[in-house]
Amino acid sequence: MATTRARVLIRPKEGILDPQGKAVERALPALGFEGIEHVRVGRMVELEAEDPERLGELCEKLLANPLIEDYEIERLDGAP
Amino acid sequence: MRWGVLQLPGSCDERDALHACSLLGEARLVWHEERDLDGIDAVVVPGGFSYGDYLRAGAIARFSPAMEAVAEFAASGGPVLGICNGFQVLCEAGLLPGALLLNEDLRFHCRQLELIAEDGATLSIPAKHGEGRYYAPDGALDELEAKGQVAYRYAPGENPNGSARDIAGVRNEAGNVVGLMPHPEHAVDPLTGSTDGLKVFEAVAEALA
Repeated sequence: MATTRARVLIRPKEGILDPQGKAVERALPALGFEGIEHVRVGRMVELEAEDPERLGELCEKLLANPLIEDYEIERLDGAP
Repeated sequence: MRWGVLQLPGSCDERDALHACSLLGEARLVWHEERDLDGIDAVVVPGGFSYGDYLRAGAIARFSPAMEAVAEFAASGGPVLGICNGFQVLCEAGLLPGALLLNEDLRFHCRQLELIAEDGATLSIPAKHGEGRYYAPDGALDELEAKGQVAYRYAPGENPNGSARDIAGVRNEAGNVVGLMPHPEHAVDPLTGSTDGLKVFEAVAEALA
């Protein structure tokens, strides 16, 4: 069965406090990385799908919680 | 009154919940593969780390057969109490509004704290969680407050996680599904310092009456 490789990027919605992003941002100057702002930490899910048309539904139902997270689906077969 | 306490892989507070329920009636565990809630008057979804809390706390547990049965049970008006991870599961399942995010300070908190119930009573109950920051958009929070759906708040200065408007627990619009982050099942015996947790279970039983 042919499958399509895809990546799903999930991040906290704009306006929701992201303490992980803040913690990373605060740690950077001590390591000599100045001038880094607006750090947001999310997660990436890689998968192979037999039916990539259903990825949106998959994101809505499980991979992301649409109340608190935005997601982007990136198909690696070149389709939009 | 017969209570059913869900036992999901990774639950860790189901025994204390079972004990708390048994003080108020009969109680039994409901294994996550069970779909049969026949004869059960009220359901408790207990605390723990169901299915490892992978992806997001509570996200995977909602697809278990027992949770599908709980969703039907709740839709038909059956009383459901979600505690800590159980609260997260009920939010993920869409049975309660809102979501629970990482604690604002990224720390796991574990201590006795004071809650304010709707009748103004102060309850001394322990809380222990790393992802308990209640979130809903501002408009939704206004609506929850207007409709009397905020069931428990942290007492002033007690909010351990940055929850919006000090919200510790909410109920659904119909009123039969309640969830809270603190652990009333750990506060049912004088031996552990407080029996205030029983009031949370009693409120669920009263909703049934």
